[in-house]
Amino acid sequence: MSENEIEEPLEKGTSLWKDAWLRLRKNKMAMIGLWVVIFIFLTCFVFRWFLPQDPNAVALGNEFAPPSAQHWLGTDQLGRDMLTRILDGGQISLLVAIAATCLTVSIGIIYGGISGYVGGRADGVMMRIVDGLLAMPFLIVVILFRELIEVRVDLIGKFLTSEWGWDKDFVRRFSNIIPLLLAIAAFGWLTMSRIVRTQTAALKSGEFAEAARSLGLSHFRILFRHILPNMLGPVIIYATLTIPSFILYEATLSFIGLGVEPPNSSWGVLIKEGANYLESNVSMLIFPAVVFSVTLFAFNFLGDGLRDALDPKAAKD
Amino acid sequence: MLRFIFSRFLQTALVVFCLVSFTHVTIRMIPGNPFADEKAMQPHLRERVAEAFGLNESFGNQFVSWWSNVLTKGDFGLSTSLFGRSVNEILTSAFPVSLTLGLGAMFIALMVGIPSGVIASLRHNGWIDYGSMILAMVGICIPAFVLGPLFQLWIARNVSWLSSAGWERPADILLPALTLGLAVAAYVARLTRGGMLEVLSQDYIRTARAKGVPGHTIILRHALRPALLPVVTYLGPAFAAVITGSFVVETIFQIPGLGQHFVTAVTSKDYFLLPGLVLFYGCLMGIANLIVDIVLTILNPRLREA
Repeated sequence: MSENEIEEPLEKGTSLWKDAWLRLRKNKMAMIGLWVVIFIFLTCFVFRWFLPQDPNAVALGNEFAPPSAQHWLGTDQLGRDMLTRILDGGQISLLVAIAATCLTVSIGIIYGGISGYVGGRADGVMMRIVDGLLAMPFLIVVILFRELIEVRVDLIGKFLTSEWGWDKDFVRRFSNIIPLLLAIAAFGWLTMSRIVRTQTAALKSGEFAEAARSLGLSHFRILFRHILPNMLGPVIIYATLTIPSFILYEATLSFIGLGVEPPNSSWGVLIKEGANYLESNVSMLIFPAVVFSVTLFAFNFLGDGLRDALDPKAAKD
Repeated sequence: MLRFIFSRFLQTALVVFCLVSFTHVTIRMIPGNPFADEKAMQPHLRERVAEAFGLNESFGNQFVSWWSNVLTKGDFGLSTSLFGRSVNEILTSAFPVSLTLGLGAMFIALMVGIPSGVIASLRHNGWIDYGSMILAMVGICIPAFVLGPLFQLWIARNVSWLSSAGWERPADILLPALTLGLAVAAYVARLTRGGMLEVLSQDYIRTARAKGVPGHTIILRHALRPALLPVVTYLGPAFAAVITGSFVVETIFQIPGLGQHFVTAVTSKDYFLLPGLVLFYGCLMGIANLIVDIVLTILNPRLREA
């Protein structure tokens, strides 16, 4: 913000972000969502490392144990500790969703920004391509694309282990989830690019953009330094709502066996296993399902709240 | 209108063509072949099989002949993973199953979603409103692959005329359709409520009230039609959601529909079944979107003039 600073401003202006934060704080459901999201992150990524249980330690003879002091959420069909399995699965689920969201946001901003800023025929062609890709059934193309790049990623993985001596297990964990998140991102950026394009097209004729042009700034600078910061609101809103939908896609793919595979586990994999042992032990389904649904719930309410806070025009009454 | 339909038809055809070509290329670029999983096959047998499926020709030739067979004879070729069965036979036997399931799910989605959305909007900010909207959010956040097993466990076990898996009796459709339809119902309810709230605050509704039009007539005749526009727009994506949702639901309830075939066709790298299925899905979605567009122009007079 470039107010010329007079000694003591009589009244302090509030920024858009401060206003938005005040509005968000009043929204109870959104705040609960925010705290739940923070809580889930802390348990999966921080609290997890203080737990002594090993999620991969097989204990035959202790299968389907009920919750106890040693295994807070009981054990699974191989006697492995459920709590740490759920937290480890959460790490993968959240990592895939967040990495894929970061990718979609980046691709969407660059593609949509260029399309909206350039305008004219290039814009028409670029948006036609987006329309065409949007008309394709998302899950089907993601499945196909994942199959397509999995082989390449596997080759890179083999190269890394054999030539550079990387740890095999480490590489294998990543060579499984990277194709998945790349595939989700490869077709997930379309709506984002549309949002960014509409905003850019509207903003580029604004006075501040004209001023920037008259100063002789480069197009790159005008687009990325002057126009893009003005649309952070919609981008953040959409990104927050993208994360839960990607978590859901990842889990759906893992459930039908086309997503995360052992040695990795994710919430989708755990729910799948739970569904297989439904008859003998419901809690194996219930625990991961509850954590999963609560996370989706929290992200959705946070996203809705952010929309109301950052985009007061769209907010109802 | 006819021009509009024609241009949309061409667009859809182009998209479907690209989609199916992408499928063909993808499935060929995955290393190994569809018979790699079979027990060690004698070389001369392998040769015969490859010959029978026409795999010795160049990929371009196979691609062209596949398309020409599809377009001229409606022949999708033979499935490479299910020996001896033609893709057409698989499609025709599995499609009615998936169609029944999908229609059932859509029926449930609309029958649950629209009324609850309308009621929520009429009690705006009341507890019914909050309750049903939280319920809708729960419906969105509890995915089919959690709901399905829970239904199997809690309902199918206790109700004698419902079975937890299979597709033999007419009652077998109920639980899968419910599993598939409830998430869509949740979206429909949210959209209906939003649309109704917007419409109910408009002047012409006040005019109708002032004229003394009875309440239910206002809602059913004046408010609901424009309020349902977002719902109709959503029906295209909803259809896609039902198709992809069927991958999951058909696996859970062991229903012999297209979704199960799709999953196995991907895992077993079926050279001809997979493109056939994708072509089929693409056409279905294209038709669904076209119908939605037409219905939208009928419902919304403003679109007709443009």
